[in-house]
Amino acid sequence: MENVLGIINLINERQHLKELTAHRNVASVPFGGRYRLIDFTMSNFINADVSKVAVFPKEKYLSVMDHLGSGKEWNLDRRSGGLYILPPIHPDETVTGDMKQFYDHLSFFERAAADTVIISPGSHVCKLDFNDVLDYHKKHKADITVVYKDYVGELIEKPIYHTCSVDSDDDITDISFYTIPRPGDHVCLETFIISKTLLVNLIKSCVASGEYDFLKDAVKANLHRFTVKGYNFTGDMPFIHSIESFHSSNMNFLNPSVIRSFFGDTWDVYTKIKHEAPTKYSRSSKVTNSLIANGCDIEGTVENSILFRGVKVKKGAVIRNSIIMQKGVIEEGAIVENIITDKEVKITSEKSVIGLKQPVVIKKAEVI
Amino acid sequence: MGAKKWIAMLLAGGQGSRLGELTIGLAKPAVPFGGKYRIIDFPLSNCTHSGIDTVGVLTQYQPLILNDYVGNGKAWDLDLDVGGVSVLPPYQGKEGGEWYKGTANAVYQNIQYIDNYNPEHVLILSGDHIYKMDYSKMLDYHIEKNSEATIAVIQVPWQEASRFGIMNTNDDDKVTQFDEKPKYPKSNLASMGVYLFNWKNLRRYLINDEKDANSSNDFGSNIIPKMLEDRKKLYAYRFNDYWKDVGTVESLWQAHMDLLEETPNFQLDDQQWKIFARNANHPPQYISSDAEVSQSLINEGCMIHGNIEHSVLSYNVQVGYGSTIKDSVIMPNVTIGENVHIERSIIASNCVIEDGAVVGNSAVTSDITLIGENQTIVNPNKKKITLN
Repeated sequence: MENVLGIINLINERQHLKELTAHRNVASVPFGGRYRLIDFTMSNFINADVSKVAVFPKEKYLSVMDHLGSGKEWNLDRRSGGLYILPPIHPDETVTGDMKQFYDHLSFFERAAADTVIISPGSHVCKLDFNDVLDYHKKHKADITVVYKDYVGELIEKPIYHTCSVDSDDDITDISFYTIPRPGDHVCLETFIISKTLLVNLIKSCVASGEYDFLKDAVKANLHRFTVKGYNFTGDMPFIHSIESFHSSNMNFLNPSVIRSFFGDTWDVYTKIKHEAPTKYSRSSKVTNSLIANGCDIEGTVENSILFRGVKVKKGAVIRNSIIMQKGVIEEGAIVENIITDKEVKITSEKSVIGLKQPVVIKKAEVI
Repeated sequence: MGAKKWIAMLLAGGQGSRLGELTIGLAKPAVPFGGKYRIIDFPLSNCTHSGIDTVGVLTQYQPLILNDYVGNGKAWDLDLDVGGVSVLPPYQGKEGGEWYKGTANAVYQNIQYIDNYNPEHVLILSGDHIYKMDYSKMLDYHIEKNSEATIAVIQVPWQEASRFGIMNTNDDDKVTQFDEKPKYPKSNLASMGVYLFNWKNLRRYLINDEKDANSSNDFGSNIIPKMLEDRKKLYAYRFNDYWKDVGTVESLWQAHMDLLEETPNFQLDDQQWKIFARNANHPPQYISSDAEVSQSLINEGCMIHGNIEHSVLSYNVQVGYGSTIKDSVIMPNVTIGENVHIERSIIASNCVIEDGAVVGNSAVTSDITLIGENQTIVNPNKKKITLN
């Protein structure tokens, strides 16, 4: 995809993952044993051969910069194209919307050789083939293509999703903001294809009239003026909008067929390399139905859990239905059940931490 | 180009014929090790940690996979503009070309490469040993002793000494004599195949050695003995940590078993001395509710439904229900069916072990069973279905 510019838009993130997003943005929340959420969007771009990708973060983006680095793990350390991180240029100003931040970096868009722009957030865990979406976009001669997915999952409490109405011609007829979707409702994945010229024009005209939101002021406001098509993404994608859904969508990856469908031979999900050794199991380890990253040292019991890279589980320790992020240490005889521990948490010996009805999050580097 | 303090020349051309089927299509340094590495990762990582930023990798036998693996050296932080890693196969010049005749000849043929960097010292390494060594300490020792050539040595059990090049030294560890595989060794200080030379001096020896029609052009057999004959100051540098020559099926298997000790003498997960490797991109390993895993090392991309006991599994190994793997080494991308039994074996990359097959012999006195790359092992008792 020579002519496509990839944009990862983190400006509209909603910080709904409580402690996990207290010190990092949603895109860099760890997921699935060795990934960050943004790895899935990055990999979608790479698997579609998009070789120029810009990330627009809003705040708390140290971890995303650290994670992406020069982009070499995604083959984005290039002479031409490559990875760009374009944060707000006036850090004292409140960010008013994605269009304002795009406007502040307008020359980046204008200079890019691309004729088409794909915009996507950094928080969807899915394998979305942008080539398919682009084919669809061209076939329908759309001005803007909006990717949506029919909602699956439990009834949610907070209205955080935008939903769209689609007619029988796949035209988007309306967009509703901050709704509580029922199963089957079309949730806007905030993923779009648009020509660069149209995007640049819209950025200029919106900002000139004090409008700063791409979805609201550029897409919804122009539904009658432009051809705006809906692309129904039918692949697997968990809706992550709370600690519970974060926990359950991680747990979904304990299913071998889900693992195969996400990490099959033709589709790599790339992430930062840590050079960790293979995981070591000792004589006393008892591991069952678990996803384990490299660099772990397991002497205790691990059931129905996900262990990130470099986790130590000492003798007699028990981990059940839990997610232990990078470099967690569970000491002798400790019991961890229904818990999400953020990076570098230590549960000292003989302590029990048990989440009852809902999974409990233990903050980064906390010692319990 | 400014002069470099030192550079390394890594001898990676060996066929490794004692590894049998493992090296049919693969140079020995490219043989997988430790579940995620290749043997060459160990000297290359040592170079990175020792502050060596220029490494010439001399290849010859089956270089394809090795060349591809080393690439531009980025996995070892050796992707530099000046220096970094260079793969150096034999080449043809004005006077013709020839294969590398011996270790010394391989370096001789690349004098121009070394001269480019004008180094003060040259470190010669072999690509078939498992160890973690800070070569910079050896350099300090070399300079302190005002040595012409320093040879890293390790004490081996006396009964094994005749397998190695043996250094006889005086009390100061000054080398007095070098015996290549002596029948009756006078010492148990074995050469590790790690030599540090002053380049100007070595350069002269390489050129003279090349002129000698009777020489086998080898460091151990020719260069070192000649330097001793010339009464040059050679020193043995003692290394007291883990070092393993993995040149035979038995020793390769044993080195893997060493990793499985409760507190191994050689730790792969040393955070201060990580072993760098080209990363094969795989998801975390999945251990199912039917699996049992004990005393093993398992890499990413594995999906385990059977029993793994005291074994090392490389990336992307699939193990079916009811199968048992014991005291074995499974290399990358191996698919193991259901109810398979594997014991005391090394299974090379891309093999398929079909349902019900049995591989290996549990008797401790038996040899290690080796299955070469890309083999399919079937269950001999499986009923054949013939279609009419």
